[in-house]
Amino acid sequence: MPETVVEKQTRTKEAAETPWNVVVHNDPVNLMSYVTMVFQRVFGFSRERAAKHMLEVHHSGRSIVWSGVRELGEHYVQQLHGYLLLATLEKSD
Amino acid sequence: MEISRLDADNLSVAGVDFFLLELFRGIPAAADPEGSDAARERLFSSPSADPSSRLRAEWKEYVEPDLRHLFASAIETVNADLARFEPTEGADPPESRLTIPTKHLDAWLNCLNQARLVIAARHGFTEIDLNDEFSILAQSPRDFALFQVHFYGLLQESFLRLLDG
Repeated sequence: MPETVVEKQTRTKEAAETPWNVVVHNDPVNLMSYVTMVFQRVFGFSRERAAKHMLEVHHSGRSIVWSGVRELGEHYVQQLHGYLLLATLEKSD
Repeated sequence: MEISRLDADNLSVAGVDFFLLELFRGIPAAADPEGSDAARERLFSSPSADPSSRLRAEWKEYVEPDLRHLFASAIETVNADLARFEPTEGADPPESRLTIPTKHLDAWLNCLNQARLVIAARHGFTEIDLNDEFSILAQSPRDFALFQVHFYGLLQESFLRLLDG
């Protein structure tokens, strides 16, 4: 029994430490300049970095714009939804 | 139509003819997703690709009300600004102009984005539709809606340029 408890605790710790990704998905309606501005505002990206992620969204359909702990990821997704971007929170592989 | 910075706190929208004035006045109504599930789903999209995720349920309960408030507040600000359109003295044909406080630009950007997304969702516009040629001489409600999406996009671009300085 003690072994099971230890294993469960380890799994829980692993789950908590697994990084989460904030993923932005392509939406052809949102203007490229608008998406770039949103990335600069929400994540404090330079214009170049913001434009790089915007182009990745545009060409590849999605871009991981941030990785880290779940709570902060949820906060960023909420902010992105406030700007009407299509954004999801996904557990990192 | 000309959009320019008046001073540090205001920008000017001038040379607005009757047709464009109606498009401006149509922004708040266009942003209303009422009657379209597709439009509502687009404005309040899921924060998770997993339909059974805990986040989805929590989102509906705790985050969506905040988003609703944010979107409604942006529309309210734009509505109040639109009420201040005034005729340009001596213009022939008649024109209108509007002064928009710079501090309202975020609300305008948000409201215009809501309107564009709602129209696109209502009409099921695809990337191909949006990149297709469009004409001011709309032949159908769908053509007119596409023109609206592009005109509101033009306004967004102009406001973004002014915000950029």
